[in-house]
Amino acid sequence: MALPYDSAAKFQDYARPEMLVTTDWLAEHRHDDKLVVAESDEDVLLYETGHIPGAVKLDWHTELNDPVTRDYVDGAGFARLMSDKGISRDTTLVLYGDRNNWWAAYALWVCTLFGHPDLRLLDGGRAKWIAEGRELTTDVAKREPTDYPVIPRDDSTVRAFRDQVEAHLGQPLIDVRSPGEYTGELLHMPDYPQEGALRGGHVPGAKSVPWSRAAAEDATFRTRAELEAIYGGEAGLRPEDDVVVYCRIGERSSHTWFVLHHLLGYPHVRNYDGSWTEWGNSVRVPIRRGENP
Amino acid sequence: MTTGILHPRLQEIADDFVAIPDADRLQLLLEFAQDLPPLPAQYADHRDLLEPVPECQTPLFLAVDVDEDGRVHLFFDAPQESPTTRGFAGILHAGLDGLDAAEVLDTPGEFSSQLGLQDLVSPLRLRGMAAMLARIKRQVLDKAA
Repeated sequence: MALPYDSAAKFQDYARPEMLVTTDWLAEHRHDDKLVVAESDEDVLLYETGHIPGAVKLDWHTELNDPVTRDYVDGAGFARLMSDKGISRDTTLVLYGDRNNWWAAYALWVCTLFGHPDLRLLDGGRAKWIAEGRELTTDVAKREPTDYPVIPRDDSTVRAFRDQVEAHLGQPLIDVRSPGEYTGELLHMPDYPQEGALRGGHVPGAKSVPWSRAAAEDATFRTRAELEAIYGGEAGLRPEDDVVVYCRIGERSSHTWFVLHHLLGYPHVRNYDGSWTEWGNSVRVPIRRGENP
Repeated sequence: MTTGILHPRLQEIADDFVAIPDADRLQLLLEFAQDLPPLPAQYADHRDLLEPVPECQTPLFLAVDVDEDGRVHLFFDAPQESPTTRGFAGILHAGLDGLDAAEVLDTPGEFSSQLGLQDLVSPLRLRGMAAMLARIKRQVLDKAA
C-alpha cells in the first residue's frame, strides 16, 4: 500500500498532484516505514551538516553517474544503489535538496529512467524545511539493505541524446540556462565552474525560459496558473508538443522537465542531459548566438 | 607548476585523510570547513579586494597577503551552505597560512588529488581546490615580487 497523497490545495491544480509533498506532509509521514526520504544536493557535504532525520544521502556525482563513461549507472548499478540506501521497489521515495531542488529533481529524473513507481519531490526543498525551523540531525541514517530488482534503464521516454536533438531541430526546445549563457556571452553559469564548452550560444530554435521562472521566492513551485502563463503563454508550448529541455549538464533542465511533465502534464517531454557541455563542444552542430531563438 | 614537494604541514593533512576510512573523510573535510577562520574586517569591509574563484562549485573569494618577512597569509570567504568549498579552503588555510612564499609556490598543483577524496567528492568538485591553489600561487608571485 502506497502512502496517501498530499491533499494540499495548491497541488490539486497540477496535472499530477501526487508528485509533490509539502513540508507538513513530510513531517507527519516521515516515520512511515514504507517511505524513504533522500537528500540530493549540489554540495556533497551539505547532508553532513544536518539533514531531515532519517533521510539518506543520494549524490549525483559519485552515485548516480557511471564513474567512467559519461552516463548514468546501469540497471545493476541502480539496483545496488537503491538496495544500499534501503529503498525497495515499492518504497515511496521523497526527494529534496539544496538550490531549489535542482539535484533532487535531477535524481528524480534519473530514478524515472528506471521506472521507480512512487517518486515525490518535497516542494520547497531543503531551504523551506530549514526556513520553517524544522528538525535537522547530523546522524547518518542507516537502513537495512533491500533486494531491489535489476530494471533495465529506459532511455527512450524522458531522455534525449544529441543526435535526437539534431533530428528534433524545428520542434519545441527550451533552453533553461541564464540569459548570458543563452546568448553566448557566457560559456558557463555566472559564478560557476567553467565546465568546458568551446562554443557559446544556444541550439537553433530553442526558446529561453530560465529554470528559475518556475520557482517562487521560497523555492516552491509556482502555481499551475502561473506556470501555464509562462510555458503555454509566453513560450507558446502546447501540451501535445514534443518538447526537449536542456541546460549545461542536465540538472537545471530536470527542474523544468518536472514542471512540464508532472505539473503541467505534457506527455512528451525529454531532458537532453548532454546539454550545453556536449552541444557546445560538438563538431559541426548548428549554434545560434544572440537573443533570438 | 606541478613540481615541488609537499610542505610537512600539508603532508600531515594528506596523511590524516588517507589514514582514515572513507566514511570518516567527509567528516574530516567538514571539520576543516568549520575551522575556516572568518574574513577579517579589512577584507569583510572591502570585498572588492577579494579575487573570485569561479572554478569552485559555489562562489568562493580569496585574498593573499605577503608580509614584510615574506610570509603568506590567506583569507577566504565562502557561504556556510557550501561546506565542501569551505572545506577545501580550510585545508589550504591550515596547510599554507604563515609559510614562506617559496614554500607556498613549491606546493604541487595536484595536491588535491592526494587526499583520497576523488571517489567521495568527485574529481570535478576537486578541481575547485586546484583552482584555489593556482590562484593563491599566482597572487603570491605577484605580491612577493
